[in-house]
Amino acid sequence: MSPLCFVKTFLHGAEVMQLHLVTLIQDRTKRICNAFFWLVSLLFSSLFWFMARTITDNKDGPIQKYLLILGVLVSVLVQEMFRFAYYKLLKKANEGLRSINPDETAPSMRLLAYVSGLGFGIMSGVFSFVNTLSDSLGPGTVGIHGDSPQFFLNSAFMTLVIILLHVFWGIIFFDGCEKKKWSALLVVLLTHLLVSALTFISPHYGINLVSTYIIVVLMGIWAFFVAGGSCRSLKLCLLCQDKDFLLFNQRSR
Amino acid sequence: MLTFMASDSEEEVCDERASLMSAESPPPRCCQEDRQGLEDGEGADQWRGQDSEDDFDEDPDHYVCGGVPGQPSGLEEELTLKYGAKHVIMLFVPVTLCMIVVVATIKSVRFYTEKNGQLPYGAGREQSVQPAVSLSIYTPFTEDTPSVGQRLLNSVLNTLIMISVIVAMTIFLVVLYKYRCYKFIHGWLIMSSLMLLFLFTYIYLGEVLKTYNVAMDYPTLFLTVWNFGAVGMVCIHWKGPLVLQQAYLIMISALMALVFIKYLPEWSAWVILGAISVYDLVAVLCPKGPLRMLVETAQERNEPIFPALIYSSAMVWTVGMAKLDPSSQGALQLPYDPEMEEDSYDSFGEPSYPEVFEPPLPGYPGDDLEEEEERGVKLGLGDFIFYSVLVGKAAATGSGDWNTTLACFVAILIGLCLTLLLLAVFKKALPALPISITFGLIFYFSTDNLVRPFMDTLASHQLYI
Repeated sequence: MSPLCFVKTFLHGAEVMQLHLVTLIQDRTKRICNAFFWLVSLLFSSLFWFMARTITDNKDGPIQKYLLILGVLVSVLVQEMFRFAYYKLLKKANEGLRSINPDETAPSMRLLAYVSGLGFGIMSGVFSFVNTLSDSLGPGTVGIHGDSPQFFLNSAFMTLVIILLHVFWGIIFFDGCEKKKWSALLVVLLTHLLVSALTFISPHYGINLVSTYIIVVLMGIWAFFVAGGSCRSLKLCLLCQDKDFLLFNQRSR
Repeated sequence: MLTFMASDSEEEVCDERASLMSAESPPPRCCQEDRQGLEDGEGADQWRGQDSEDDFDEDPDHYVCGGVPGQPSGLEEELTLKYGAKHVIMLFVPVTLCMIVVVATIKSVRFYTEKNGQLPYGAGREQSVQPAVSLSIYTPFTEDTPSVGQRLLNSVLNTLIMISVIVAMTIFLVVLYKYRCYKFIHGWLIMSSLMLLFLFTYIYLGEVLKTYNVAMDYPTLFLTVWNFGAVGMVCIHWKGPLVLQQAYLIMISALMALVFIKYLPEWSAWVILGAISVYDLVAVLCPKGPLRMLVETAQERNEPIFPALIYSSAMVWTVGMAKLDPSSQGALQLPYDPEMEEDSYDSFGEPSYPEVFEPPLPGYPGDDLEEEEERGVKLGLGDFIFYSVLVGKAAATGSGDWNTTLACFVAILIGLCLTLLLLAVFKKALPALPISITFGLIFYFSTDNLVRPFMDTLASHQLYI
């Protein structure tokens, strides 16, 4: 199991690295800011859960499960709120830069959206996965107490899909904010809630993973069209006939 | 400000803190007001133009002049911010590397997380006892007390002792500098880097080899440590490739941080981190602060200070080389080309001052514009050390939770970003520790106590947020 788990980890690590390479260097600062925002949102949601738990005096039983579910839902809400807050911050910063120098072209909001999603995704993925990963190194048997032996595989796949989802959500969210399409924001929030809620049915990983992957594909397609792609540009890109893209690559070298 | 207690023997502790010196954005040569003494071994984190790579030459620091004809003030702010962003990134990498080295060592080599009396290997005992004894001079109050209040009191007392030692050494250093006892200072620095590069490396290597159960004979060990140390001394104190110098500075910061992590008692370490950021703030910003006085003295004398204790991430840019001519020509004609590539970004420093700079003649390397301007950021090694101590302690203590370590790491980087932003805005000496350490401490305690149980419960139930 564990070598397979490592393969999965490397796969999703490779995917993250590739995304990094594609993104510009200057956005490293923004990505750290994003990560920070996600961290703060996590802090607030943990605080809420902790307080709720202390209020109920740490009693065992179903109430803990309900509290956890509530904690998860609150956390999703807080994350989306922080995404919105980050959007506002970026907008202000862009306006500030534009007012300083009106001739300068500000970085495109789409790029910022992508970086924002990536920052959130990386932080979220890393926080979900790194402890599991370090535990997987240690001596132990998966599922010795009767739990599912696919624990690590599921974690790896879910983390992968969460990172991708955050990227797509970021793009869609920012685009919705830009064009004042509040329905897009609502859809992002609802799909986030849906994905988290689907994880409640673990250990039935099959349904969980399959539906999450369907959602990711849908979100991906939506984000692609929102970011300005079209079937034509996709075809050109895949057949390496996209002159603009090739020229851009040459120029940046 | 970087205050260092350079130790010339095992008994002393190398303590360095850093501050950020003012940012001088791209130098218009016409405005040479206020030459500011750059190197403050005290942690000047600054952007400066330097004429040569020789450490002891004068560094003409130029302020961006608002009054340059034809330059809108928005341009200079834009430049400042752009440089700010670039310099932030240039500092991210070394700080991250240092922290990675420290965390990797802490997680894998048991030696650095064991307390003094619990060494599993007898052979290591004699090596570790001496530094332990020496550091316990600074933290004599034990933390093995029955009550929490007593332990807290002891850690506060330890902190007071440590901070007063640091203050005393700083003042001693300032006095030495004021009375121009340069030879003494250089000797002191050389002795301390000797100790770091040879003794601490030897101990570190020994422990790593023990952890991985790799046998190494003494001649090989001697050769390795000798080569490493000798090259390090040359790179740091004399001349060497910039990358190598940076690598050595990162390594000695990591070694120093590991020593602190091992030998400072737990609670004392946290209180010391807090206290030292307060001290840094006071020492750099107060008019009579020792570090501020040091900076000002250096400025008056137009001298660099203690280049061996600053990490410099300078980009070297040469005017007059054939390859850069078109781009620097481009820079002169088009002051703003945000699409400029990385190479010509450096030549950005000559924006729209054609009246100041003669356009470099292509293929004429001998002309007087062939200078090497280093435009980089400098951060004192003390900052590296204390950032790494914080992250290393987060990795070492408690549950060994990676989330806490990561949270502290992100918090410190954000603090560094903010500090550099403030530097760009205020353009004067700023302490680099307070914001980062504050964020780091807040995030450590909150993540360890609030976020960790939440994330652990989520992970065990396989819930994803």
